[in-house]
Amino acid sequence: MLSLTDMLQVVAQTFRDVLPIAAILIAFQVGVLRRQPANPKQILIGFAYVLVGLSLFLVGLEQAIFPLGKTMAAQLTAPSFLATGSDEVSAVAGSGAYVWLYAFSFAVGFSTTMAEPSLIAVALKARELTAGAIGDLGLRIAVALGVAIGITLGVYRIIAGIPLQYFILTGYVVVIVQTFFAPKQIVPLAYDSGGVTTSTITVPLVAGLGLGLAESIPDRNPLIDGFGLIAFASLFPMITVMGYAQASEWRAAHDRSNRSLETTDLASHQEDPP
Amino acid sequence: MSWLKAFVRLVSSSARDLVFIVVVIAFFQLVVLRQPFPNLGGVLLGLLFSLLGLALFVRGLDLGLFPLGESMAEAFALKGSLGWLLTFAFALGFGTTAAEPALIVIAQEASNVAAQAGAIGDSDSSRTTYALGLRFTVALAVGVAIVVGVWRILTGWPIHLMIASGYMIIVVLTIFAPQEIIGIAYDAGGITTSTITVPLVTALGVGLASSIEGRNPVSDGFGLIAFASLTPIIFVMVYGMLI
Repeated sequence: MLSLTDMLQVVAQTFRDVLPIAAILIAFQVGVLRRQPANPKQILIGFAYVLVGLSLFLVGLEQAIFPLGKTMAAQLTAPSFLATGSDEVSAVAGSGAYVWLYAFSFAVGFSTTMAEPSLIAVALKARELTAGAIGDLGLRIAVALGVAIGITLGVYRIIAGIPLQYFILTGYVVVIVQTFFAPKQIVPLAYDSGGVTTSTITVPLVAGLGLGLAESIPDRNPLIDGFGLIAFASLFPMITVMGYAQASEWRAAHDRSNRSLETTDLASHQEDPP
Repeated sequence: MSWLKAFVRLVSSSARDLVFIVVVIAFFQLVVLRQPFPNLGGVLLGLLFSLLGLALFVRGLDLGLFPLGESMAEAFALKGSLGWLLTFAFALGFGTTAAEPALIVIAQEASNVAAQAGAIGDSDSSRTTYALGLRFTVALAVGVAIVVGVWRILTGWPIHLMIASGYMIIVVLTIFAPQEIIGIAYDAGGITTSTITVPLVTALGVGLASSIEGRNPVSDGFGLIAFASLTPIIFVMVYGMLI
């Protein structure tokens, strides 16, 4: 239930999170730059909006939605739910007992990433800078799909007990190879989208999922197997965002060669033919 | 009435952002686990809060964080003092990460698990030391990352070569690092950047790339966060090897 003390606690925590940032900004603004930013009043109002908005957002999620999500992660990874039909929890990753768990992982990855405030911020900036050539919604869907695939694969890894580094290092190779083929402009943005995906909402939920699973399945060590989901969630968006850029570029080239005038692809206007 | 229209548009786009979470939670609660919603009124109220909060946050970004980050980047570029710019970059990365709530949670979790596994002593003090060490290692890594990222924007070095070299270092370290630290280290890369740091750092990078001649805001301005998610992996593995 939303109690006043809980709310105040979250608000206080948000302020504590912002305080060091504000201190650093003010120290450098006053001590080093000695130059007032244009429109300081508007910036202060904006800061207040961010603070109040983030507090409200977190109060809402933490008090109402998170407990549900965490209970679900616990229930879906509990031995009693996983061991349907048999006495023991299966360590066979392809086992039917895990279908709902995979579905849940995918859905949680996708839905929490779509609501991630820092991703919204970066996507808005990308749209503004490219004058709409990189759409904010398209970018966010690409990132959300990446997180969803990443977390699902990460859950599969925990169940199957395959060492984390095999997946991650293979992922790095894919990222490097893709870099050579992706449109140059998108590369830094794609690299960034790995890091922005997992902050406020996703981390607590996903960490709970991994540790709960590693405890439920026999022969899994929480320390070795329980971590790693966030690593998957920050790797796969790079792959999907570069893939998204490659796909829209390819589609645009395809459209041009077909000389179809009725379908104009917004996502690739920046790459005009020479 | 234009502000009202703008407000409605803002709230409706936040509703679009949150609809997926609602659908997922409702589906799994009602269809898969077959349990009724506990405290439905509280859940709905919480959703309303999140909706308003997200709308305010996005508006606040445009009014406050983005202009501030860009004006500071521009001011640093005008001032032309490399030392102060890099100091600022380090302070921003270190200061915000040390206080990051998600990192605090994960560091505690990691120290509990490490104590249970016998990697460190099972006492409160050794757990606290381990968690604190982990946090400062990650904060240091992010500070260094933002410095390296800013340096890249200034020099125009190709980002993919730098990131690829980072991957090489990770590959080599993975071979030598103790098995218990690898999961935590790989995860540390993703949890470093908070909801307020990301917009600010993005605005800093973009502002810097816009104020320096010959730099493109899109292809040079982004990329700071990429470094911030790479260096913690390296630093935490080294931490695990030293401890």
